[in-house]
Amino acid sequence: MTVQHELPLAALVDKARVLRRHVVEMITAAKSGHPGGSLSAADLLAALYFGGVLRHDPARPHDPDRDRFIMSKGHAVPVLYAALAEAGYFPVEQLATLRKLNSPLQGHPSKVDFPIMEASTGSLGMGLSVGIGMAMAGKLNAKDYKVYVMLGDGESEEGQVWEAAMSAAARKLDNLVMILDFNKFQLDGSIADILDWTPVPEKWAAFGWHVIEVDGHDMADILRGFAEARTVTGKPVAFIAHTIKGAGVSFIAGNNDWHGRAPSADECAKALAELA
Amino acid sequence: MRNAFASEVTALAAADKRVVLLSGDIGNRLFDKLKATAPGRFLNCGVAEANMTGVAAGMALCGLRPITYTITPFVTTRCLEQIRVDICYQNVPVIIVGTGSGLSYASLGTTHHSCEDIAFLRVLPNMTVICPGDAVEVRLALRAALQHPGPVYIRLGKKGEPIVHASPPPFEIGKGIVIRPGRDVCLLSAGTILPVVMQAADRFTEKGLSAQVVSLHTVKPLDEALLAEAFRSFRIVVTIEEHSRLGGLGGSVAEWLSDHPVTAGRLCRIGTGDRFLHEAGSQDDARAYFGLTPGGIVAQTLAMMETGEAHVDRR
Ligand SMILES: Cc1ncc(C[n+]2csc(CCOP(=O)(O)OP(=O)(O)O)c2C)c(N)n1
Repeated sequence: MTVQHELPLAALVDKARVLRRHVVEMITAAKSGHPGGSLSAADLLAALYFGGVLRHDPARPHDPDRDRFIMSKGHAVPVLYAALAEAGYFPVEQLATLRKLNSPLQGHPSKVDFPIMEASTGSLGMGLSVGIGMAMAGKLNAKDYKVYVMLGDGESEEGQVWEAAMSAAARKLDNLVMILDFNKFQLDGSIADILDWTPVPEKWAAFGWHVIEVDGHDMADILRGFAEARTVTGKPVAFIAHTIKGAGVSFIAGNNDWHGRAPSADECAKALAELA
Repeated sequence: MRNAFASEVTALAAADKRVVLLSGDIGNRLFDKLKATAPGRFLNCGVAEANMTGVAAGMALCGLRPITYTITPFVTTRCLEQIRVDICYQNVPVIIVGTGSGLSYASLGTTHHSCEDIAFLRVLPNMTVICPGDAVEVRLALRAALQHPGPVYIRLGKKGEPIVHASPPPFEIGKGIVIRPGRDVCLLSAGTILPVVMQAADRFTEKGLSAQVVSLHTVKPLDEALLAEAFRSFRIVVTIEEHSRLGGLGGSVAEWLSDHPVTAGRLCRIGTGDRFLHEAGSQDDARAYFGLTPGGIVAQTLAMMETGEAHVDRR
């Protein structure tokens, strides 16, 4: 199976801009959704799907040898839908059906209703375990695919995440990459104010993971991090991406009022002008 | 039952490379043969049942046939949301096996009892719930579950239960097994209580009543044809289970009955009450407390036959 997408750096940066435009438009059209946590992950998704990180082929979405990507913080799925549409898994026009009747693009990813989703998520804290199962199946079946799971920092307050953290390290799952969208906010405010679980990289390291820290909005740094992740053996990788919630749109960035609210038509136009 | 499970899973894993047993830090020695037969396919996931359940779903999504196994409340209630979302919503073929169900671990205290698990799991869409009545049914249930394309819950006792079936009966998910035909009362048994129900049938004979005994091992989906026939042919149909009268076999049949009101028979539900057990003691003591004895079954059935009402003072 070959990598289908490996854009040069400038094109990747531009792809992230396109994903952000989709996110804003989709959530505006749906009149509900989570802009903050979708926008913070846009550069990471661009790198994964278009930067040669994920081994994937839109023509063969169920190839047993494909790399898997699970959006464990399922509320950020608009940015995943955007990446998949841009990659050619389904028509870009379908993005406008987010959260609409008869659309497979549900508010959180549904494996049964939209089989190109690798897992159904939405209840936080559960995706890493499913990813571990896939990584272990890969080892048992002698497959060389990798499994990438994106978590939120608020999500990481769930106890199950740490059961999973222990378990993946104990099994030396070097075919597993946990990507933390470390945007410092959760639903109701900042991590620091609500349930401060710092120091974050130290915790993952203490659990036995190989830690890579990147600036999650610097494409070159992201690619460097993923390149390093590929060289790691004997340990799972904790890919900690420092991000800004709502990044890319000035009035959403860093303002957690935008955790879970849709832009108005005016706000959408303003955001798209910034993302032109 | 658990020895039958261990031996059957070993045989199945030898024949099918997709079979993987995930355990929540229990039964290591029990599965020594499995470990030898299927290296790498016994995985002790530690005391981390939520993670274990998600891992099983991930494996099933990649074509494996994982079985999760530990003490019943911990493999069901502790990880109910993982069962709901990862297994049932995604509709993947994971087999969940609980050991020490009902009052099997009476002496360990209420944390280890499981008289609500059937209720929790049977309301989940896509789930199949099987409660084998003896070790023979355990083997048959496991084999059938492995052929089933969706989630299955199998509810085991512990070890040393009496064998009811002298030879393996025909076994199909969703089809009750008539073990002993009768005319006057129909006893529908789900799970570990089956040997007690057989003894109760003998007591009925002593009283000049002929009792039919059915192992209704599958609580979901219910054997509707069998139920229709039973409520047509018998004045009284009794459900018996080592589980709460709420939400288990009795609850399921009561729901079914409310949708099918044109039947002659009355339903008598025998099980544990809507309460935690605060007494120490053995499994037999705990069963006696709830009237889950041959005598208790007969008394509750006769009371219902005579007065048309359930025993008022039962627990
Ligand atoms: C188990 C669970 N509890 C609560 C919620 C509601 N919820 C949705 S998003 C969210 C905050 C998540 O924060 P984080 O993981 O940091 O996501 P981000 O800030 O990147 O959007 C909460 C509490 C949920 N979806 N699942």
